[in-house]
Amino acid sequence: MSHASLSDKRPGSSLRGATLPKWFPWATAAGSIVLGIGISAVAGLDSDIQWGLIAAILFVLGSYAIAAKVEGRRQAKDRVATSLVWVAFILAVVPLASLIWETVRRGVKVLDGYFLTHSMGIVGDKEPGGGIYHAIIGTLEQVGLAALISVPIGVLTAIYLVEYGRGKLAKAVTFFVDVMTGIPSIVAGLFILSLWIITFGMGYSGFAGSMALTILMLPVVVRSTEEMLKLVPNELREASLALGVPKWRTILKVVLPTSIGGITTGVMLAIARIAGETAPVLLLVWVTPLINTNPFSDPQASLPVYIYLQYANSGGAGAAYDRAWAAALVLIAFIMILNMAARGIARWKAPKTGR
Amino acid sequence: MDISTNTTAPPLPAQPPAAEQKRAARATTRPGDRIFLGLSRGSGIFLLVVMAAIAVFLTYRAAVAISKDEANFFTTFEWNPTGSPPMFGIAVLAFGTIVSSIIAMAIAVPVSVGIALFITHYAPRKLGGVVAYVIDLLAAVPSIVYGLWGILVLVPKLDGLYGWLDDYFGWTGILSWQGGAPRSLFTVGILLAIMILPIITNVSREVFRQVPQMHEEAALALGATRWEVIRMSVLPFGRSGIISASMLGLGRALGETMAVAMVLSPLFDIQVSLLDYGGGTFAQNIASKFNEANPLGRDALIASGLVLFVITLLVNGAARMIIARRKEYSGANA
Amino acid sequence: MAKRIDVSGLNAYYGSFLAIEDISMTVEPRSVTAFIGPSGCGKSTFLRTLNRMHEVTPGGRVEGKVMLDDENLYGAGIDPVSVRREVGMVFQRPNPFPTMSVYDNVAAGLKLNGKYKKSQLDDIVEKSLKGANLWNEVKDRLNKPGSGLSGGQQQRLCIARAIAVEPNVLLMDEPCSALDPISTLAIEDLIGELKERFTIVIVTHNMQQAARVSDRTAFFNLAAVGQPGKLIEIDDTERIFSNPSVQATEDYISGRFG
Repeated sequence: MSHASLSDKRPGSSLRGATLPKWFPWATAAGSIVLGIGISAVAGLDSDIQWGLIAAILFVLGSYAIAAKVEGRRQAKDRVATSLVWVAFILAVVPLASLIWETVRRGVKVLDGYFLTHSMGIVGDKEPGGGIYHAIIGTLEQVGLAALISVPIGVLTAIYLVEYGRGKLAKAVTFFVDVMTGIPSIVAGLFILSLWIITFGMGYSGFAGSMALTILMLPVVVRSTEEMLKLVPNELREASLALGVPKWRTILKVVLPTSIGGITTGVMLAIARIAGETAPVLLLVWVTPLINTNPFSDPQASLPVYIYLQYANSGGAGAAYDRAWAAALVLIAFIMILNMAARGIARWKAPKTGR
Repeated sequence: MDISTNTTAPPLPAQPPAAEQKRAARATTRPGDRIFLGLSRGSGIFLLVVMAAIAVFLTYRAAVAISKDEANFFTTFEWNPTGSPPMFGIAVLAFGTIVSSIIAMAIAVPVSVGIALFITHYAPRKLGGVVAYVIDLLAAVPSIVYGLWGILVLVPKLDGLYGWLDDYFGWTGILSWQGGAPRSLFTVGILLAIMILPIITNVSREVFRQVPQMHEEAALALGATRWEVIRMSVLPFGRSGIISASMLGLGRALGETMAVAMVLSPLFDIQVSLLDYGGGTFAQNIASKFNEANPLGRDALIASGLVLFVITLLVNGAARMIIARRKEYSGANA
Repeated sequence: MAKRIDVSGLNAYYGSFLAIEDISMTVEPRSVTAFIGPSGCGKSTFLRTLNRMHEVTPGGRVEGKVMLDDENLYGAGIDPVSVRREVGMVFQRPNPFPTMSVYDNVAAGLKLNGKYKKSQLDDIVEKSLKGANLWNEVKDRLNKPGSGLSGGQQQRLCIARAIAVEPNVLLMDEPCSALDPISTLAIEDLIGELKERFTIVIVTHNMQQAARVSDRTAFFNLAAVGQPGKLIEIDDTERIFSNPSVQATEDYISGRFG
């Protein structure tokens, strides 16, 4: 401890600075938590957010003070950075873990076969019972339609950009794909509203929602497909062209098959993204407690909107909240499965497209 | 280019053009190629048409609404398109949108950069990988679920924090609290921060991972501590990435609809204190007013949506410009 | 300033893979020691154990002793950060900090290690750039980004940055392999001047270079791919290139393998 200041000055010969033991961060953390709880108890603060914050602040300040004293200023700064990074990590993990935990915990209450296979047709907003069958159908149809429209258009656009695109048109398309990526979902909904419903005078329907979802999905598909096509080495194209294969067959038979894994991943991630969209669907598909299998006419239900309605229309009835959580769990599970499958495909196909 | 064409052109005037023409003709007349090019170019054009349509229709409906508005659309503090005369303006919405986004960014950017550093430079490799994967997945959690969690789990927990802030910082005026349920712009900011955390983290993480090993070793070899390595090599290299990540997050926060609509208790007025009711956001206002809107009301909402659209465009454009400029700078040494 | 390095019984691992085995040698102060050997023989790995950079690689781990004068670099309580301040390093590819100016690049190490007055910094920067034979070329653009220099200038900038903090030892990991012949010559000349003040260890693929710049040469080899690299012999450069005591060294030098 006596030569703590050595490392601050030019040490000359010494390579050793006073170093705090390995358990120092853990001890400081534990001490801070105990102190934080203690202070909260004395001051009568009951919220865990408060003592958590107090403990975090104590931890950062404490690490700095002790390390500055023992190890010197530079080491102390390093320790503060380390503890701040850890605090950031914990700060982020707590709410995100809570989100998952609460959804699962509260969601499993009513989640069963009955819930998945029945609609809300005869069930009042505040009564127990009912299910999400109609919402699942709605979501699958709307998302499916959106994918059906945006996948071919998106992939073809990407092919145009990568394989043919030079000049002004390609530049414009690239630019507007970027712009499109940033469209807030509610704005996409408003556009379809003003076009389809106000101007053309059509009614609310699943298809109207699909069109808004298409606007959200299209740029994602274009971007990810573009990235994947760019990964296909030029030698492959040239090898095929040199054999006298026409360009369009080269693209269909060589380029696309090589990158199909990555494209699939991109498409699945795009689907996962739009499956949870609520705002445009609320605007364009409206709501119904009944099963409507026809996406082209009349309002349809959908999972995200169902969650919203169970919360908003129930006036705090426990049964409705349970249904909302259960539907949220189903929605998250659906999206997570899509995500993991997409990543799985990406990993599985990766070596082939790699180099 | 010019020289080569000039020198090569004269010697071969007679024969090659014909041959070339023939070859060119064959290439373009091959029906498969023509159809395929047509299809793919058509898709690109379709995309442009959609974008143009979005601009045209939103602008048209907005113009209809604003022409009937008896008040100044940009400075009015009320939203009453059904009144006679109809008076509505976006001042409160602009305020709420900007304030909540600023709060969200103030929380989310430092925390996200921290987690990204945690994953790439601090955590043991396995833990880092797991954290990265989980945060990747969390980026996909739909906003409606964040909204449900926000109103049923987060809001009840914030009572204590609000009281605390009021006790110690109430004197600032900005953090005083009259005691309503904690469903103000401040809560919205916190929730938005949690929602955009994953996306900012993911993008920053990717950027940090791409920092060339040799830049970090340069700092290490000079006797830099881990934090000094990060400050000398990682952060300068990643700055444009962090900015673009933040802008992406900001874009999301600005346009976020359902989570805000569920958590915020809107009041069409501006309050000095962030903890008291006051303000709304563009997107939230559209979602919650749409239900009972008459035709003019819908047009008014579309007009506000157009403003939101323009703001997001500006934010994204700014992000892209920053990245482009940084790219030129750092491209020279890549 | 210059210090002696005394290595004994050193093993270095990547995870469970033993990369170099049981190396012992002495590096004299104020001299240039060159490491030569075929690719993968662990000479760069060994070099990186001399300033504890090896353990920066995930899974990197070292056993044995490296004495810098009378202090073991791997002893208890030794701070790797201070080790790297005392043992400078120049890398294979020039790596100036891309966002810093020429001036800030040279001053980077100094700024870490305490407070200097502006005039002091100016002096040291000038002295270091002169020491790296770069001053005349960059004195008019000290505030331009370091990445704007040519490859050879960048490498000399990195040398200036390394010597600015007055290390005891300077490690060079194939410092010329990314450079053209003229820049290489400039660096080789520089090495000849720097050895007046520093202990220099240089890894090189180029045997002529080893012969030109070094006082002593160490030859590393490995029995087969997947086997650990070993030190075959270390001797005066002249001897190694004229009359090595091990057959493998002669084979390598005469170009029979590697």
